[in-house]
This record gives sequence, structure tokens and C-alpha cells, in this order.
Amino acid sequence: MSETIKLHYDVDGENFESAGQASHSVKKSLRQLGMSPDVIRKVAIAMYEGEINMVIHANGGVADVEVGDDDITIILKDQGPGIPNIELAMQEGYSTAKDNIRALGFGAGMGLPNMKKYTDDMKIDTVIGVGTTITMKVNI
Amino acid sequence: MTLDKLVRALELTVINLGSGVSLPEKEFNGVYAGDFLSRAMSHVHFDELWITIMNNRNVIAVASLTDCAAVILAENVELLPEAFEAAVENGITVLGSGKSVYELCVAVHELTLRDE
Ligand SMILES: Nc1ncnc2c1ncn2[C@@H]1O[C@H](COP(=O)(O)OP(=O)(O)OP(=O)(O)O)[C@@H](O)[C@H]1O
Ligand SMILES: [Mg+2]
Repeated sequence: MSETIKLHYDVDGENFESAGQASHSVKKSLRQLGMSPDVIRKVAIAMYEGEINMVIHANGGVADVEVGDDDITIILKDQGPGIPNIELAMQEGYSTAKDNIRALGFGAGMGLPNMKKYTDDMKIDTVIGVGTTITMKVNI
Repeated sequence: MTLDKLVRALELTVINLGSGVSLPEKEFNGVYAGDFLSRAMSHVHFDELWITIMNNRNVIAVASLTDCAAVILAENVELLPEAFEAAVENGITVLGSGKSVYELCVAVHELTLRDE
């Protein structure tokens, strides 16, 4: 039984020009730990989409990643507006992204569906006006 | 096929050469064309080419996270200054072309067929 590795990041909500730094750092750490390319790819996709969502929809938040023996847990917590209709938000193509954000290439409405698809477990806790916490697990 | 062969055959410009990348040695395998970042994120695979017209910093972030072989900017699109800086910093190979996305796809496809 090895020790659980914990990574913590503050995700800045101001700058969606340079978002993705926490995801990069996580990817680098997983590579150093010798994780398989398949696991790294899944975590990179899920983490990037979640990180970007916090930046563009929730004015930032915090990300915690725990690498255990059997799985990697990603917890993304923000104090944004919350998600009014999770079922709708999970649909491919659904997006409330504004034009200036879409102009950067975001807003395909594929982030949440990707997070679901590339993780083995995903849970969304959201309260309107309070914030959203998304917990995802990728099996190793 | 190597990036060197691709660059010469399609007369691509080298906007940035990734750190430690040698064009004659770097192979690519497969292509994705598209501009939405969250679609590219899941469709661009390791060592593939990503053809796009998006030119902001987030393109470099996705290219880096997906470990693509190179980004090809179509229609003479130029990287925005901060995106260029990010490409240098992250060691991402970025190529450029005056061709449209469609023309590039066809050209890469034909080149790949001839190479077989
Ligand atoms: N952390 C969040 N806080 C508040 N709303 C969110 C959050 N994450 C997602 N949403 C809502 O869910 C919608 C769908 O999210 P999803 O990530 O699938 O698409 P998108 O971010 O709009 O576009 P893409 O991810 O393809 O660039 C968003 O447009 C937004 O309305
Ligand atoms: Mg999203």
C-alpha cells in the first residue's frame, strides 16, 4: 500500500486566455508517476474540461486531485452560479457560453459529456447561487 | 510519415518547432480537423496532426494536453502573440499553410496514400 498523492490548485477565474494550467500540472505529475498513457489521457480530458468550466462559467474555483492505489479522484469546487438543470447541461451540444467565449473555441457543449465519457464515475453537486462541486474518478 | 516529408510536400511554413523535435525524425499518425476545443480535446490523439483555424492560446493548451504531433493553421491564420509565446514555452510544433482546412485534409490524405 503506497501513500496517496494529493495535488491542490487554485483555478483563476479571470483569465480564460491562459486556462488549463492545473490540467497541465496534473498531467505532468501523472507522467512522472509512470501512469499509463490511457489513464493520463482520460484524466487530462476530464480535468481540462472541468477546469475550463470553472473558469468560463463559475469565475474560477479549486481543484483537488488524489492519486490512490486503484484510482485517481478529481474534485472541482466552485462558488459560481450553479447548474439549474443538470440533465440539460449534460446533453451534447448544450451550452450557455457567450459569444466572446465561443470566439475562443469554447461552447461546443461537449465539456460535461466528455467528463462523463472519459471517467469511470462522475457526480455533480450543485446549488443555485452557491456553487458546484464535481467529483470524478478514473480507475488506474 | 515524417513531419519533414509533410512540410516539404505541402509547402508548409514552420511557425514554431517544438522543443527537441526534429522534422525528419518526428512521425505523425492520423489527422483531426476542427475548431471547437472540447471536441478537439477528445478527438486529437497522440502524434496526430490537428488542422484548425483557431489561433489563441487555448489551442496550444489543447495541443499540449493531447500530445499531438503538430498543429497546422489553415488559411494563413497566424498565432496570436501570446499563443506563439505559449507554443515556444510548451514546445508545441505549429505549422502554417495558405490552404483551407478541406484542401489540407485532401492533400495530407493523398500524400499518405502515395507513401504507402
Ligand atoms: N461549473 C459550472 N458552473 C455553472 N455552470 C456550469 C458549470 N459547468 C458547466 N456549466 C453549464 O453547463 C453547460 C454545459 O457545459 P459543457 O462543459 O458541456 O459545455 P460548454 O462549457 O458550454 O462548452 P464546451 O465545454 O464544449 O466548450 C455550460 O454551458 C454551462 O451553462
Ligand atoms: Mg465546458
